[in-house]
Amino acid sequence: MSEHLLSLAIWVPIVAGLIVLATGGDRNAGVARVLALIGAVLGFLVTIPLYTSFAPLHGGAQFEEMRAWIPAFNINYHLGVDGLSMFFVILNAFTTLLVVVAGWEVIQERVAQYMAAFLIMSGLINGAFSSMDAMLFYVFFEAMLIPLYLIVGVWGGQNRVYAAIKLFLYTLMGSLLLLVAFIYLFFKTGHSFEIADFQRIALPLSVQGLLMVAFFFAFAVKVPMFPVHTWLPDAHVEAPTGGSMVLAAITLKLGAYGFLRFALPIAPDAARQYGWIIILLSLIAVVYIGLVALVQTDMKKLVAYSSISHMGFVTLGFYMLVDGAPTTYGVEGALVQMISHGFVSAAMFFCIGVMYDRVHSRKIADYGGVANTMPKFAAFALLFAMANSGLPATSGFVGEFMVIVGAVQVNFWYAALAATTLVFGASYTLWMYKRVIFGEVANSHVAELKDINLREFAVLAVLAVAVLGMGLYPEAFTSKMHTSVDTLISQVKQSKLP
Amino acid sequence: MTLASLNLVAALPEIWLLCATSAILLIDLFLKDEQRDITYALSLLALVGAAVFTIEGYSAAPRAAFSGMFVADAMSDVLKVGMYAAVGLMLAYSRSYAADRQIYKGELFTLSLFALLGMMVMASATNLLTLYVGLELLSLSLYALVALPRDNKVATEAAMKYFVLGALASGMLLYGMSMIYGATGSLNVHEIAQKVASGSANATLLVFGLVFIVTGIGFKLGNVPFHMWVPDVYQGSPTAVTLLIGSAPKLAAFAFVIRLLVQALPSLQAQWQGMLIVLAVLSIGIGNVVAIAQTNLKRMLAYSTISHMGFLLLGILSGSLQGYSASMFYAIVYALMSVAGFGVVLLMSRQGFEAERLADLKGLAQRSPWFAWMMLFVMFSMAGIPVFSGFFAKLAVIQAVVADDKLIWLAVVAVLFSLVGAFYYLRVVKLMFMDEPLDASPIAVKFDMRVLLSINCLAILVLGLMPQSLLKLCYESVKTSLGML
Repeated sequence: MSEHLLSLAIWVPIVAGLIVLATGGDRNAGVARVLALIGAVLGFLVTIPLYTSFAPLHGGAQFEEMRAWIPAFNINYHLGVDGLSMFFVILNAFTTLLVVVAGWEVIQERVAQYMAAFLIMSGLINGAFSSMDAMLFYVFFEAMLIPLYLIVGVWGGQNRVYAAIKLFLYTLMGSLLLLVAFIYLFFKTGHSFEIADFQRIALPLSVQGLLMVAFFFAFAVKVPMFPVHTWLPDAHVEAPTGGSMVLAAITLKLGAYGFLRFALPIAPDAARQYGWIIILLSLIAVVYIGLVALVQTDMKKLVAYSSISHMGFVTLGFYMLVDGAPTTYGVEGALVQMISHGFVSAAMFFCIGVMYDRVHSRKIADYGGVANTMPKFAAFALLFAMANSGLPATSGFVGEFMVIVGAVQVNFWYAALAATTLVFGASYTLWMYKRVIFGEVANSHVAELKDINLREFAVLAVLAVAVLGMGLYPEAFTSKMHTSVDTLISQVKQSKLP
Repeated sequence: MTLASLNLVAALPEIWLLCATSAILLIDLFLKDEQRDITYALSLLALVGAAVFTIEGYSAAPRAAFSGMFVADAMSDVLKVGMYAAVGLMLAYSRSYAADRQIYKGELFTLSLFALLGMMVMASATNLLTLYVGLELLSLSLYALVALPRDNKVATEAAMKYFVLGALASGMLLYGMSMIYGATGSLNVHEIAQKVASGSANATLLVFGLVFIVTGIGFKLGNVPFHMWVPDVYQGSPTAVTLLIGSAPKLAAFAFVIRLLVQALPSLQAQWQGMLIVLAVLSIGIGNVVAIAQTNLKRMLAYSTISHMGFLLLGILSGSLQGYSASMFYAIVYALMSVAGFGVVLLMSRQGFEAERLADLKGLAQRSPWFAWMMLFVMFSMAGIPVFSGFFAKLAVIQAVVADDKLIWLAVVAVLFSLVGAFYYLRVVKLMFMDEPLDASPIAVKFDMRVLLSINCLAILVLGLMPQSLLKLCYESVKTSLGML
């Protein structure tokens, strides 16, 4: 059974999505919703054993499944997760469940296709996180763009077509170079697409440098890192609430995961040589994008910029490793930050969605005094705003703190610049919160607001539990990733020069 | 010449098709317009018969006929089956389209079948003369097919353009062939290969001949800078004929290139590789960039064809067995996608209305969701997005190119231009899924076409999920046909 868990995590949502799609037009919208919920719940349930039966002291892949897929190219259907990827499979299934609930009555047009797109995308993303074969990873990595493109383009806001095409082309640009890099490595390893073989072979520095460029474009666009981040605010603003939640919570993590799985272990010497560039770009993201977030007038844009800034922390945490970081704080902190950001950003986008469904505006200026009419909502929103600013006891604090601790050990100035996020993050988040939630009731729209219903309460409550739980007991997460991080670090510390 | 050296059995599919087509030509004379379905049925029967002969006669070992002027080998057999399928689908898809436009006549069927015969001869020719005869039979049939709606100015103009440029290309090709003959004293591809390898042939003459031959190939494949006819012919032809031009002949052209360059002139690989690199880069670049500016769907697909033919060359120019089989896989997958793409255009056309503007696709997802999804498969497959078969076709040719360290730049150029290409495929998906329909009436489709088009499009997906068997088939057949063991 355990060798098929990952296959189930991939195929249960996809098959469920196809069944939902088969319900057809909006006459059967009710059936489509129920089926989608069942599919999402099942999809989540099959990922839980990944956590409970995970062997924390095992550094390599677990729950492996291997069979030949395309022998002509030596591409295998090889699945497996380690401490780096296991959480993201679960987080993805979890987010998909929330998205299905979040879109329950909000989406009224082409319901079956909407739900199906999310379910299918969820399966594809799980595939990308659990691929042990580079070409299998690529297939999933690319294929998920199709549902994402449709989600943004069909159910998005006014300027959705522009955003959808931009999103697609930006990410495709990166991944095409990745394809060439993979094929090159295929020949260097003697005709193998196994990621483990890629990590093993010796490569001269010049080749590693070029590979790093390819990896950088593929994954930096997805993360997104400064300066290839410009698609994200557009995509977030135009995407429907569910799309934004998945985009922020999961697909961005796929980029960061790519750095961890491919860029660092395959080209460690190039990372040592040129890693400072990534650190520099990460710090720019933290500081500059943090400032950009401060001046936004659109709530979704603000949270989108905040995501970029937070992801800067993640790439910073990874690449400090190559600057001689003595401890695992950087990488582990970055991983914790990724998971935490998954919860917090999903929650923030959901909160904005709740308000948008009622007022049909994302402009901060159109709100004010929401706390008077939606007290329960205001309480939840406060928790998530605090988590986004990195308040202790929330999940947002743990990751940032660990990365900053790691940074102090490497270079004081890294830490000093990174720590500015505690000021900027708090400024833009809390200032937005103040303008939207507090104060006098600003206009008639706000005066007519109804507080959250049971469905919205459920989504927010689940996310609140996750945010607090992770903040209070991060050990539940770090204990399972520790050995894998150690393995990764020992890989990166070794020179691969021939 | 003895009867044994004729070995007519090897050419049985061609002989059958010739007889059947001639019979159809005669029978059709006695049929009234409303009885044309009989011609249609007979034509399909002829295709089925040819397929049976090809599959029955299939064996891995090459079987020569006509004293070595013709060969039935694994590669030609696989390609021929693909051609039958493409022509059969074309006839089925175009039934109501042709009937609405008064071209549902015997000529449509007999000319299509003669074109098919030409392609089959091309696929099996091992002599420069047979190659040329096959090519001309194909081309002349196609010229006439384009001009089938003879009162239509656009179609007549397209036919004229196609004819003049095609004749020029044939002239180039013949000139090149004559030089090769002058240098080697033979028209048989194997003898030419031996003479060239022995070094006794005049190198200057050979290279000159090669330049003309590559030019001729460039014309026929529609590679930049010899591509000018492609958009005009694709746009001007009745869509049913465009479908034919855009699908099966690409399979024949692949065989044509293999026979001429790989089988006859392998020793000149260093020379033709350079020329093909130029053609491939220009085709992929210009094809993809210019396609963006098109508002006519058929024209856009024409430029997309140009870029795909550039990709096809990538496999061949890599000069490896892997590369040749990758190109063959590419040609088959491309024919499948092309048939499906033009099939959707045919489907949306009705009496007095050609659905050939991009805008006509608007809101297809609301008018007919099933076909919108099918077209989405075609578009993403052409763009090379996994998990559709178009991705594996691109993967195969790029892999063949990257195998040569010196050619990695070529792979990077190719993938970057395919990024440009992704835009216009995405735009089609956008029109279908994200725009409101101009005309909300649902699309009336005949049952047989509905089923066939669905199978056609689903095949694109299934071949992507399970490409192994076709990849293996291509590899094995190229390997045995080229005698590389």
